[in-house]
Amino acid sequence: MDQLISLVQAAIAFGTVIMFGATGEILTEKSGSLNLGVPGIMYLGGIASLASSFAYEQACKSAGTAPSGFLLVVIPMICAFLAAAMGGLLFSFLTVTLRANQNVTGLTLTIFAAGLANLFGGSLNKFAGGVGQIRVAATSTLYRDKFLDFIPLPEVVNKFLFNYGFMVYLAVLIAIAVHLYLNKTTSGMNLRAIGESPATADAAGINVIGHKYLAACMGAGISGLGGLYYVMDYTKGTWANDGTIESLGWLAVALVIFSTWKPVRSIWGSYLFGLVYWIFLYIGLSRRAQEIFRMLPYVVTILVLIFVSMRKRKEDQPPESLGQAYFREDR
Amino acid sequence: MIRISRRASIPRWRSWLIRLLAIILALMVNAVVIYALTKMNPLKVYEAMFDGAFGTNRRLWNTIQEVMMLLCISVALAPSFKMRFWNIGAEGQVLIGGVVAAACMIYLKSIPSALLLMIMFILSAMAGGIWSFIPAISKAKLNTNETLFTLMMNYIAIQLTAYFVALWENPKGSNCVNIINQQNGEGWLPAIFGKPYAINVIIVMTLTVLMYLYLRRTKHGYEIAVVGASKNTARYAAIDVGKVTVRTVSISGAICGIAGFIAVAGQSHTISVNTAGGRGFVAIIVAWLSKFNTLVMVLISLLLVFMEKGATEIASSFNINDNISKMIMGIILFFILGSEFFINYKLEIAKAEHISKEA
Repeated sequence: MDQLISLVQAAIAFGTVIMFGATGEILTEKSGSLNLGVPGIMYLGGIASLASSFAYEQACKSAGTAPSGFLLVVIPMICAFLAAAMGGLLFSFLTVTLRANQNVTGLTLTIFAAGLANLFGGSLNKFAGGVGQIRVAATSTLYRDKFLDFIPLPEVVNKFLFNYGFMVYLAVLIAIAVHLYLNKTTSGMNLRAIGESPATADAAGINVIGHKYLAACMGAGISGLGGLYYVMDYTKGTWANDGTIESLGWLAVALVIFSTWKPVRSIWGSYLFGLVYWIFLYIGLSRRAQEIFRMLPYVVTILVLIFVSMRKRKEDQPPESLGQAYFREDR
Repeated sequence: MIRISRRASIPRWRSWLIRLLAIILALMVNAVVIYALTKMNPLKVYEAMFDGAFGTNRRLWNTIQEVMMLLCISVALAPSFKMRFWNIGAEGQVLIGGVVAAACMIYLKSIPSALLLMIMFILSAMAGGIWSFIPAISKAKLNTNETLFTLMMNYIAIQLTAYFVALWENPKGSNCVNIINQQNGEGWLPAIFGKPYAINVIIVMTLTVLMYLYLRRTKHGYEIAVVGASKNTARYAAIDVGKVTVRTVSISGAICGIAGFIAVAGQSHTISVNTAGGRGFVAIIVAWLSKFNTLVMVLISLLLVFMEKGATEIASSFNINDNISKMIMGIILFFILGSEFFINYKLEIAKAEHISKEA
């Protein structure tokens, strides 16, 4: 039982990182933009949250005041969202306004942002004048606070459901919110119309450029929260220069396909990816076998891709204009 | 009011002037970034970078090797991209080629050297080819999204490589493969003209020229161009789009496999998940920016590797993280990407009265 509990906990923590990434990317892709900059955007969110909370904690320390709990949580969150949204803005500017190719722009964004984040993550200590290891303990503690632990339910249930920081629940809420936005609001339905056929949407008087910008920036902001969660909760407020965020970012792209562009499906999809990722620890595989095992999410994603194109069910298809540029004058 | 319209044509010298301006602008921005981080005199930055990339014989050879690797993968991608097939899977195709080359070096080392190298070359190319054949046939038969399919194939290749690294681990527990066949160099590409890596340059430059001719001077190259311009036109001209897709993408993967072979047999003599080292992704951008002209790829690869090596040198002398090189590379690419707009489109300031008449 203990093993099962710790497996589920590990899977949910892991899943939360990629759920943020995937939810944001679904929003972006629904507008027809394939942003392959997700790993980079998650990097931007991660480094912005670390640098801002580090600056705030240092400022409080040198001023001799106790940091405010509210600011400790809010500052990194806003910074992560904004930094990531800037990545989305850059992507939209290049692909929508300057009409550059989406795939190439997205990949460049990943290279650029991974470099930027690891440069600052690796040298933050030096830039701050040599303060020792960078660790934002106060912020991280708040992010990892199990604030729902008080609910009087059997201990086992508590351990499965309430043993997490607030970001885990926020991820689910945002996924549901994006689902509602896309399916129940006029703006969301316009966005999907653009993703299916921008020319038709344009003819119907929908603001194509505005929606594309909005989707890419908001989507990137949400993806960036995945980087924040990774830094504050998953690695407990430190920076690891090991490229993990990048591989998680690609896994988020895989999750978008796995959930066939539906945010609600990405909730259980992300936990499933988490289970697959961590289960090797519990079934006693050799290290070699583990590496094979870790292929599973990608293999399953490819099978989903093939299966979806074989079945041709309309509601499971990628947005019709995904990855294609739209310029009114070119029609 | 600014009016944007597509240019019917642009003189070649003007398009290159625009690109050159973009690169100069990017270099200036980069100098400012480096100045902000290191307080180094911006004029000295490029002197130091030049020194970092070409300063000593060793560095020069190192730079040339890196250029050749990047160029080889870019050349491999050229036919796919010219056909508008988004092969994002170069990273995986290179790795699989590398794994097969390493496997030959380990298991077949008793075979005479020349024959062994031939076998490695062929098998690596086949492995890379198969790795790209899978998404290609799926695209041709089922119209699956090739961008996402090839992207996923990368990670399967990475995990497969990790598996073989664990299998061949040497020394035990190190989680890496030591230099393979260090003593007698079985399966190592030989030194020629007294230069150990000269043969890499010869192979890659040959591929570059052959690919240039293949795309411009052969029937296959023509078919690729037609499919890339419009699939419907291609069908109308009785070109079998599925067949051309599978053939072209397999060639692409096979050359990526050869790049993996060169990386293992001609350069590192070992295998790790970093053997491709992200070059598979950078090469995509190189191939796209050079408009599938393999000769232009030489220049762009050189520029990018120069920046990377130079920035790494600056980073190490100022004791900051060498990821700065990726950031700087990203900035240059953003500028070149943005400059394409000014090549393809014309901006005109429309006169106000003209607009009011229209309205």
